[in-house]
Amino acid sequence: MKIGAPKEIFEGENRVAMTPESAVQLIKLGHACVIETGAGAKAGFTDAAYEAAGVAVVPTAAALYEAADIVVKVRGPEAEEAKLLRAGQTLISFFWPAQNADLLAQVAAQGATVVAMDMVPRISRAQKMDALSSMANIAGYRAVIEAGNNFGRFFTGQVTAAGKVPPAKVLVVGAGVAGLAAIGTATSLGAIVNAFDVRPEVAEQIESMGANFVFLEFDASELPDGAATGGYAAPSSPAFAAKQLAKFRELAPEMDIVITTALIPGRPAPKLWTTDMVAMMKPGSVIVDLAAERGGNCDLTVPDQKIVTENGVTIVGYTDFPSRMAAQASTLYSNNIRHMLADLTPKKDGVVAHNMEDDVIRGATVAHAGAVTYPPPPPKVAAIAAAKPKEKVKELTPEERRAQETAAFKAQTKQQVTLLAVGGALILAAGLVAPPSFMQHFIVFVLSVFIGFQVIWNVSHSLHTPLMAVTNAISSIVILGALIQIGSSSFLITLLAALGVLMCAVNIFGGFLVTRRMLAMFQKS
Amino acid sequence: MDYGFTFAAYAVAAVLFILSLGGLSGQESAKRAVWYGIAGMALAIVATLMGPGQGLWAVSLILITLGGIVGYQLATKVQMTQMPELVAIMHSLVGLAAVFVGFNADLQISAVMGMLAGAGIDRCDPALSAIACAEKFGQAGVFDGISSFGALIAKKTAVEITILRIELVLGIWIGAVTFTGSVIAYGKLAGKVNSAAKQLPGGHMLNAAAAIGSVVLAAMYLNDAGSWTLILLVLLALFIGYHLIMGIGGADMPVVVSMLNSYSGWAAAAIGFSLGNDLLIVVGALVGSSGAILSYIMCKAMNRSFVSVILGGFGGSSGPQMEVTGEQVAIDTEGVAAALNEADSIIIIPGYGMAVAQAQQAVSELTRKLRAKGKTVRFAIHPVAGRLPGHMNVLLAEAKVPYDIVLEMDEINEDFPSTDVAIVIGSNDIVNPAAQEDPNSPIAGMPVLECWKAKQVFVSKRGQGTGYSGIENPLFYKENTRMFYGDAKKSLDALLPLID
Repeated sequence: MKIGAPKEIFEGENRVAMTPESAVQLIKLGHACVIETGAGAKAGFTDAAYEAAGVAVVPTAAALYEAADIVVKVRGPEAEEAKLLRAGQTLISFFWPAQNADLLAQVAAQGATVVAMDMVPRISRAQKMDALSSMANIAGYRAVIEAGNNFGRFFTGQVTAAGKVPPAKVLVVGAGVAGLAAIGTATSLGAIVNAFDVRPEVAEQIESMGANFVFLEFDASELPDGAATGGYAAPSSPAFAAKQLAKFRELAPEMDIVITTALIPGRPAPKLWTTDMVAMMKPGSVIVDLAAERGGNCDLTVPDQKIVTENGVTIVGYTDFPSRMAAQASTLYSNNIRHMLADLTPKKDGVVAHNMEDDVIRGATVAHAGAVTYPPPPPKVAAIAAAKPKEKVKELTPEERRAQETAAFKAQTKQQVTLLAVGGALILAAGLVAPPSFMQHFIVFVLSVFIGFQVIWNVSHSLHTPLMAVTNAISSIVILGALIQIGSSSFLITLLAALGVLMCAVNIFGGFLVTRRMLAMFQKS
Repeated sequence: MDYGFTFAAYAVAAVLFILSLGGLSGQESAKRAVWYGIAGMALAIVATLMGPGQGLWAVSLILITLGGIVGYQLATKVQMTQMPELVAIMHSLVGLAAVFVGFNADLQISAVMGMLAGAGIDRCDPALSAIACAEKFGQAGVFDGISSFGALIAKKTAVEITILRIELVLGIWIGAVTFTGSVIAYGKLAGKVNSAAKQLPGGHMLNAAAAIGSVVLAAMYLNDAGSWTLILLVLLALFIGYHLIMGIGGADMPVVVSMLNSYSGWAAAAIGFSLGNDLLIVVGALVGSSGAILSYIMCKAMNRSFVSVILGGFGGSSGPQMEVTGEQVAIDTEGVAAALNEADSIIIIPGYGMAVAQAQQAVSELTRKLRAKGKTVRFAIHPVAGRLPGHMNVLLAEAKVPYDIVLEMDEINEDFPSTDVAIVIGSNDIVNPAAQEDPNSPIAGMPVLECWKAKQVFVSKRGQGTGYSGIENPLFYKENTRMFYGDAKKSLDALLPLID
C-alpha cells in the first residue's frame, strides 16, 4: 500500500504526520511512502531527508491524494481536502467525529475509510498509538515553558550574594497527561508545585511527580468513579464544584503560575478559574490555559491569544502548543501513526487488513465501507480495572461486640475444657495402673511439657538456630544418668557410662559455645 | 541415701533451663539466656558429682574435661555455613548416650536380680522391693557395697521394675533412632550422603515391619526374655533411624533436624523416668516440646503435614503441572549494577545457595554499600530457607548484617509491590509463584515470598537447572525477571566494584 502525507493547510499548523524516521519503519512493514513537497519543512524535515529515507516526493496535494492509498494527516481534513478522498482510500488523522458530524457523513458517503487518532481507546495495548496523550505530554511541557517565558522571575528559589529569590509557586489544575507533564517540568525547574484533580486516585501520581496534591474535603459519594469513564474526568456535582472553587480562591493570591488542563470529553471546558480569582493574583503572575480551544478553564481566556489583564496577570490562551514544538510533536505523532499502521498490517506484508473485530481498530474507525461507524460499541477491555468496592467493616454496636466476645470466649473455654478433660482422663487412667512413684515423675513430666510449649512459642523466628543449639546442649543432661552409673561395680556399666559422659560433655561444651558464637553475631544497625 | 542438696540444686537448674529457653524471645535477652543455660548445666553436674555420682568423680571430671576440649574445638572451628551439620551430629551424640545409659539401667537390673539369686532368694512377693525381699529373708547384707544407682533399683518393687523397663526400652529405642537418623542427616547436610530421597525396596513397609518387630521384642523383653531382645531392639531402631532419614529429601532437612532435636529430648525424658531423675525429665520434656514446635512451624511454612514430610518426598500431584512458557533471560553484571544504582528500595532473598557459595560476606558488603547510598535494603527470610530453622538469620548475622533489616515472610510480603529490585540469591522453591498459581504444582498452597511483584527481580543462580526439589520455577520465566548466572559469591564480588 502507498502511504502519503500531505502538507497541513490549517493556519499555523507546523506538524507533519510522517517523518523520515517513521517512513523507514513504514517501508519495513512493506508499504511505500509518498509525501507532498515541503510538508515537513515547518517541522524541520527537508524533502531531501525524505528522499534519502526512500520516500517519493510529489509536487501537489492533488497528486498525493491521487497516489496514496492511505493518507496520513495531523489535523482533520478541511472541506477541500475531504473532497479529494476517494472510495477505498483510508484517512488517518485527528477527526473529532462528534464535532464534525457533517464532514464525517460526507466522507463516509464518498466511500473513504476514516481512522480517527482521537478515538483510539484508552487501553494498555493501544497506548503506543495514543496520539492524544503524546500531544498532551508536549502541551504540558510547553505550557510551563510559555509560562516561564512570560514570568519575570526564576522558578527555583535561590539565596545569592545579590539577594534572596523566592521559588515560584505553581498550581496545576487537572492531572491528566498534560497536567502531569506540566508538573514534572515545573518541579524540575525548581518551582513549588501544587496540583489538583477531581479524581482522588491520581493523588498518588501527582505526588510521584513531586507535587503536592491539593486536598479537598469531600464525601466519596459526591464523586463519579473515574474508572467508569475510561480514565477521563467526569462532570462534578454542584456541591463539589463549589468546594473546589472555594479552595482555588484560597490558593489564588499565593500562586505565581496557574496551568489549567481540565477537560471533560465531549463537553465545553469547565470554568474553574473565575474573574475574581484572576483579580486576586499578584501582578506578573501567569495563567496558561490549555483548555482554551474548548472555551478555556479561565473566564478571561481568549483562544489563540496572550492577553494581559488590568492587574498585570498574563493569560496565555494558545491552542497550538504541540505545533509550537513541531519537530518533537511530529516525531511522536508519526510514531503513533506508524504503530496504528503496524496494527493495520498484521502480517507486515504491505497489505492492510482492516479488522473491525479488533477493539482498537474498531474504536478508532469512524467511517468504513461507505457507512459512518461512529460511535463505536464499548471496548471489550476496560481501560482501568474498576475499583473494587471496599469491603465495609461493619461498625459493631457495643452490645454486638460484647456478644461476639462472649461467644469467642465461650468457644475458647469449650476447647480448653475439652482438652483438659481428655488430657486429665488419660492421666487419671494412667494413674489407675501405674504406681505412685511413677506418677510423681509423671506430674513433673506433664508440667514440663506444658511449660515447654508455653515458652517456645515466644522464641523469635530468627533465633531458631540458636534455640536448636541450646536445646541440643541442654539435652545432654543425660550426662547426669551416666554420672550416676559410672560408679557401678560392673566394668561394662562403668565403661558405657564413661562413654556416655564423654559424649555428653562434647555436646554440652560444643552446644553452648556455638550458641554464644551465634548470638554474639546478632547486632543492631 | 538421699541427697536433699542435689534435689534442691536440680530445682534451681530446672528453673535456669526454663529461663534459658524463654530468654530466646529476643536477640538481646538471648545473650543472657545462654548464661542461664550454662549455669544450670554446671550446677546440675556439680550437684550430681557431689551427690549420687560421687563414685568415680575424678574419672568423671577427667572425662568431662576431655569432652569439653573436643567440644570446644568443634564449636570454635566450625564455619557458620556448616552449622546444620554440627547440630545434626551433636544430636547423634545425645541419642547414643541415651542408648548407653538405658543399657546400663538394664545391666544394673540384671545385676541386682543376680545378687538376689546369688543369695539364694528365688521367689519374692512382687509387692516388695529387692531390698525388702532380702531383708525378709534375713539377708539384708546382700546389697552392701552396691553403687548408689544399684541401690535405687534395689529399692523398687516388681511393678516398678516393669515400668522402669518400659521406660528404658522407650529411651533406648528413641535414642537409637535419633543416633542413626542424626548421622544420616549429618551425612546429607555435609554432602557425604546423596541428599536425594532414597529408600530400600519395600519402602515404608520396611519401616513398619521394623517398628512392629520392635514392639514384639519390647514385649518379649518385658516378659523377661533376656537382654538379647534389647540388643536386637536397638539394631532395629538403628535401622529405622537410618532408613527413615534416607527417605527424606534434602529440602525437608529443616524439619528433620528439628524433629531429631525433639527425639533427643524425648529420649532424655524417658531415661529420666527410668532413673527416677526429675531434672532429666524436665529438660527432656522442654527439649522435646521445643523440637516438636519447631517441626510444626517448619511444616506449616511448607504447607505440608508432618506425616507427609516423614513419609518422604513430595506427594503426587493430582494433574499435569502448568506448562512454563517463555525463556529465561540472562543479564550481565553491568546490568544488575545499573538497576541497583537506580533503585531506591531493594529486598534480598537469600537461600541455601548463598550458604553453599559462602556468599554472605559479599551480600553483607553489598548491603553496606547500598545502604551507604541511602537506599532501603532489607532481607526477606522464608521460614524454611536453608537447611536448619533460622539458618539464614545466623549466616547474615555472621556477616554482620544488622538483624533489624532482616524480616520474616509475613512482615515483608506486602512490601514487594512497592519495591524496585528484588534479588534472589540461591533460593528456588520459596520464591516459586507456582505455589499460588498452579493448583497442580507439588508445592501448591505453600506460602512463598512474592518477589515477582517487585518491579524487577534478579535471580542469582548457578545454572538453568531446577532446585533441590526438581520443581520448575515460573519465576525465572517472568517478564520482570533477569537471570544472573554464576556462582553467587563470584557474581556478587564482580558486582561490588560497580556499585558507586
